[in-house]
Order: sequence, then C-alpha cells, then structure tokens
Amino acid sequence: MSEEKYIPKSKLAQWFDSRLPILSLAHHLQAYPTPKNLNYWWTFGGILTFCLITQIVTGLVLAMHYVAHVDHAFESIEHIMRNVNYGWLIRYVHANGASMFFLAVYIHIFRSLYYGSYKSPREVIWIIGLLIYILMMATAFMGYVLPWGQMSFWGATVITNLFTAIPFVGESITTWLWGGYAVDNPTLNRFYSLHYLLPFLIFGLVILHIWALHVPGNNNPIGIDVKKNSNETMPFHPYMVMKDIFALLLFITVFLWFVFFAPNVLGHPDNYIEANPLVTPSHIVPEWYLLPFYAILRAIPSKLGGVIFMFAAIFILMLLPWLDTSKVRSAIFRPIYKKLFWVLVFTVILLGYLGAKPPEGIYLILSRLGTAYYFIHFLILLPILGRYEKTDPLPMSISDPVLDKPGVLDKVKKAASQYEGENFGSFK
Amino acid sequence: MKEKILVRLNNFFKKIVITALIFIIPFSVFSEEKKIDLIETNWSFEGIFGTFDRSSLQRGYQVYQEVCSGCHSVKHLSYRNLLEKGGPQFSVEEAKAIASQFEVEDGPNNDGEMFMRSARLSDNFVKPYPNIEASTFANGGAYPPDMSVLAKARTGGANYIYSLLMGYEEAPAGFDLDDGVYYNKYMPGNKIKMSEPIIDGIVEYSDGTETTKAQIARDITTFLVWASEPHLESQHRMGFKAIIYLIILITLVYMSKNKVWSRFNSKKEDEDETFDKVEKAITEYEGEDPKTFK
Repeated sequence: MSEEKYIPKSKLAQWFDSRLPILSLAHHLQAYPTPKNLNYWWTFGGILTFCLITQIVTGLVLAMHYVAHVDHAFESIEHIMRNVNYGWLIRYVHANGASMFFLAVYIHIFRSLYYGSYKSPREVIWIIGLLIYILMMATAFMGYVLPWGQMSFWGATVITNLFTAIPFVGESITTWLWGGYAVDNPTLNRFYSLHYLLPFLIFGLVILHIWALHVPGNNNPIGIDVKKNSNETMPFHPYMVMKDIFALLLFITVFLWFVFFAPNVLGHPDNYIEANPLVTPSHIVPEWYLLPFYAILRAIPSKLGGVIFMFAAIFILMLLPWLDTSKVRSAIFRPIYKKLFWVLVFTVILLGYLGAKPPEGIYLILSRLGTAYYFIHFLILLPILGRYEKTDPLPMSISDPVLDKPGVLDKVKKAASQYEGENFGSFK
Repeated sequence: MKEKILVRLNNFFKKIVITALIFIIPFSVFSEEKKIDLIETNWSFEGIFGTFDRSSLQRGYQVYQEVCSGCHSVKHLSYRNLLEKGGPQFSVEEAKAIASQFEVEDGPNNDGEMFMRSARLSDNFVKPYPNIEASTFANGGAYPPDMSVLAKARTGGANYIYSLLMGYEEAPAGFDLDDGVYYNKYMPGNKIKMSEPIIDGIVEYSDGTETTKAQIARDITTFLVWASEPHLESQHRMGFKAIIYLIILITLVYMSKNKVWSRFNSKKEDEDETFDKVEKAITEYEGEDPKTFK
C-alpha cells in the first residue's frame, strides 16, 4: 500500500503510535484508497460485518436465557419468546439474521465470481472468505439444533449420520461426535458450546480477510488494476462509508420486514414441535441456505459418494483461482463466461429448489443433472474457456469510461484541433 | 477449432437451460395442484396493522376451556397472560377468578409434603394430563398436541387450524377407516383421531354472538394464534414504526451521501477546468510543437 506515512499531530499521540501504531491503523482504514467505480454489489462486505456483529450481540443476550438441556431447551425458547422483555425481538432478529447473513454472503460470493475478484493477486482473500463461509454453515447448522424442535433433532441426526459413511472409523467418529449412541443431551451441549465459539473464529478470519484485502486493494467492476493515489481512487472514509451505510440501511429494511411481519416464513413449522426421537417428520429438510448442498448429497446414489461430492462442491471453490485460467477478471469483457455465470446461478438456485423436494422421480434426475453441471462448470468449462474465449478489449484505465462521457473528451479534442494540421489521434 | 468449441459450448448450455425449464415448469404446476387449498378467511391479525379482536379472543378462551382443554394443554400460557395488553385483556378480577378455578400442586411445605392450592395469575395453564404418556394412553394412542405454539407448528397456520375444524366429512366410499379414526378433508392423509370437536351450539356465548360452527372455529383459531404469538400486536406496532423511521433515515442518508460524493465529483470538475487551461495554454503557444504536450 503506497500510502504517505502517517504522523500523529500531538507529541503524546506520536509517543503512543510509535509503540502501538493503532492511530496509524485508524488512519489507514480511513484513507484506504478504493476504486471510484465500485458499484452497489461491493457494499455487501460491510453488510456482512454488520450481520456478524448483530448475530454475536443478539446471541449473547439469548445465551443469558437459553438452557442447553433436552428437557428444557424448547421450553426456554418459549420463555424467551413470552417472558423475557423484548425476547421475541431478539430471537427473531437472531433467527432471521442467520438467513440474512447467508443471503448477503451468497450475493458477496457471486459478485466475486462475476467480477473475477478471486484471481491473482487476491487468491488468499478468496480462500479465507471460503473458510469463513464453511464456518458460517457449521455455526448456522448447530444454531438450528439448539431450539430442540423436530427439525433441529432430525437435521442433526441426518447430518451427523453422514460421518458414518467414512470407511472403518465412521461409526466411532459419529459416536465420538454425539457423545453417546444417538443425538442426545451431550450432543446438544457440545453444539451449544461450539455455536458460541465459532462466531469468534469467524470474527478472527474476517480480520484476516480484510487485512488480506488491504494488501492488493479492492478489485472493481472493470477488473483492471487501478493506479493508487490517483484520481481513480477515493478514500474509504467518507465516500465508501457513506455509500455502505446507505446500502446497509436498505438491507436492514428488508431484514426488519422479515423480523416484524414474516418472522417464521424462512423457518420450518416442524421446528415448533418439540423434538421427539420416536417420530420422524415426513420430510427432513435443512434451512434454505444449505439446500443446494443437500440436493448434491442426495443426488449421489451411494452415501459415501454423496458425502464426498457435497464436501467437494465446497472445496472445489478453493481451487477456483487456478481452475479459471483466464487472465481477464471481469465478466464484462468475457462474453461467454458471462453466460456461464448466469447458468451457474440458475443451477445453484435449481439445486436449492430440488433440495427442498423429495429425492424421487424427476426431482432426483434434475438433481443429478444439476450436480453434474456444477462440477463440469468448475472442472471442465472454466479451464477450457480461459484458453479459447475471445475476450473484449480492456480499457486502459478505469477512468476511460468516465472520459468517454460526452463533453470531457470533446474538450480535449477541441483543444487539440486548434493545432492546425496536427493529427490529434496522438493525444491520449 | 476455436470457433467450433465456442459454438458447441454455447449450444450446450442453451440446451441445458431449455431442458431444465421444460422439466421444471410442468412439475411445479403439477405439484401445486396436488395440494388441497385451505379455506381462506380474513383474519384481523393479518397484515402489518393486524390486531386481535378482543371479544373473539375472550370467546376463544371460553371455547378452549369448555371444548379443548379436556385433552389439549397450552402449557406455555400463564393466567396472567389473559389480562396482558395485546391479549384477551380480561380484567384483573376476571383473570384471578379464572385462575382460582384450577388447582395446582405446590410444595414441598415445611413438613416436606406436596400440597394442592388454587392457581394464581403467575401459574401456567393447568394441563389435562400430567405427561405425554398419560395423555397418549387416555386418547387411544394419539397424543393431543400441546397447543401453545400450534398455529406456528402447522403449514398454513391459522387457515390450517380453521380448515381442519371445518373439514370433517363423511369418508368417501371405499376409504378405509378404523374405529376411532375420522375423515378430515384437510388433515394430511385425511385420517384424524380427534372426533369432530366443534359443532353448532357446543358452547353458549354470554355476549349474544351466534354459536355457529364457523363462528366458534373462528374464535378458537384466533385464540390459538394469540397463544402462539402473544406479542404479535406490539411486534406489528414496532415494525411499522421501525420501517417509517428507516424510510426517513434512508432519505437523509441518501442526501448526505450525495452531498459528500459531490465533493469528489467537484474534483472531477476541476479536471474539466484543467482541460480548459490546457486548451488555453495550447492556443497561446502558436507554432509550438504539440508533441511536447502530453
């Protein structure tokens, strides 16, 4: 980061900053140069930070009232909903907050896919981001178990049973995870403990994610490098901060609409039935944000195969910076990749839809096609595409589109044209 | 070679999209046709301004007490909820009188004995059976579910409960029903172990409201929705305020954002001025070699 060295004004601040450069850090965060052409898809980083903090704060309050015991968990949730002051609000914010968190993270990930933000030199940011995503899924899954409703219990049973597919040691690992021979009180207790721990690991990774981002700086919609400290960048504060706050407030409006007017539409009604190990619900489905992976899991006819493909679907993304061989980042200049991107979006949404359906008949066939296409996209299409795709010419700088605006370029041309006989094509 | 691969790729995903659409559209239509439509009624508690009809809630409590409470518990409600804002809003005396009709076990006392006393406002609704097993045993092997969150625990919510209560019919010819199992149009699988609970005139309302089956079903459904979401009214009120507040805040923030960004944009205007200066400078240097300008 080619920034001017920051020197605090007062002697005391200088003394302190030379020992712990926290003022320099604050200054860096404020002055951090961001490309001026970032669009609103870039505001989701800030929104996600907000989501994480909201989940931690509301979770902290819920933890003061929640009882992690199979006999009391469901009841303690109802206690929160009925007797704790504004307990219903805190719980609904936390429950819907998880969905909003995933909504934002999916937009964030697909933005990165569209604009090629995972490519050199940003591979580490991408991989840390995926680690955050994986931890988020683990946290959300364990959080969904805590109310100890029917879907909590049976979801936990289905997912933990996946580990029995591991050859030789599967059974022992599953018993070890459960802390017994079935999902029971020890399972609930350890899930609660981990559900409390993981968000702080996520928080740590978020700091690394942002740190890694601040080394090369932001990608941008054009996808070409910007000149630092030129008129192509603007300081993070106040410009991006204001834009982020505006976008965040719009996001919060959607968020609160769910909290106040449709707090249960994103959950499953069965989770308001207390867990009963003797009664299996007719369809066991995870929360909506895990459905695409659930569809992949069930698409494969063997249990171990399903588990391998499901985890592969996530871990394949880690290799994406090397699977995508194209040097051009932004899909704006990649006509074929742009179409493939939308086909991928469609496939993932389709898989999500299929994950909520029973795995039979046409649903199963479509799940298999969707799963196959998902892997073909990353393993075959992207590597080939980088080699053969004819990309559109890249502009010289992100300012070019700005200069293209009528008026500005005309002025230069006019100025140049006053040079009699001179070819103004030489002006750049 | 290159073009061929590209054309093939293009055709390949076109085919995928088209086949996917061809498959999905008829099937999503088909799967929706299979569902039986619930009876749609207008509920006063729906929508962002939704509030409960107080007298309907009070009648609903009466229906619960006289019809349902023999088998179904609402263990998460307590008697004080009956007088709280946003609920049936019985007066303190009425609520106390209701509570005192029930006996709860308390103790141990100083002699180490458990004893019975009449319920207070702070007590939870008394359950008809001490535990699920007793309740299942007494009801022919089917557990009458606790109704505290029933309206949230069923797809369709209020409409489902109302439809179920209205949905008892003669079983169609050839439909096998065991003893003690009844036919219901809206129950998944159409078999239900609860006999038709609500019929015309099964309760007598003191406020003179008609005691038709539909009216009674409506009142108990309203009561059950409130029981599962006792803070629904304050939730709606706060939601409305929050959204209004946000709309105002968003407008202000949007204007501030534009104001702040205009500083940067005015820097761009500076660039325009620079161009003007260049233009001027150029015109002044007649005969000068323009290649020195960059």
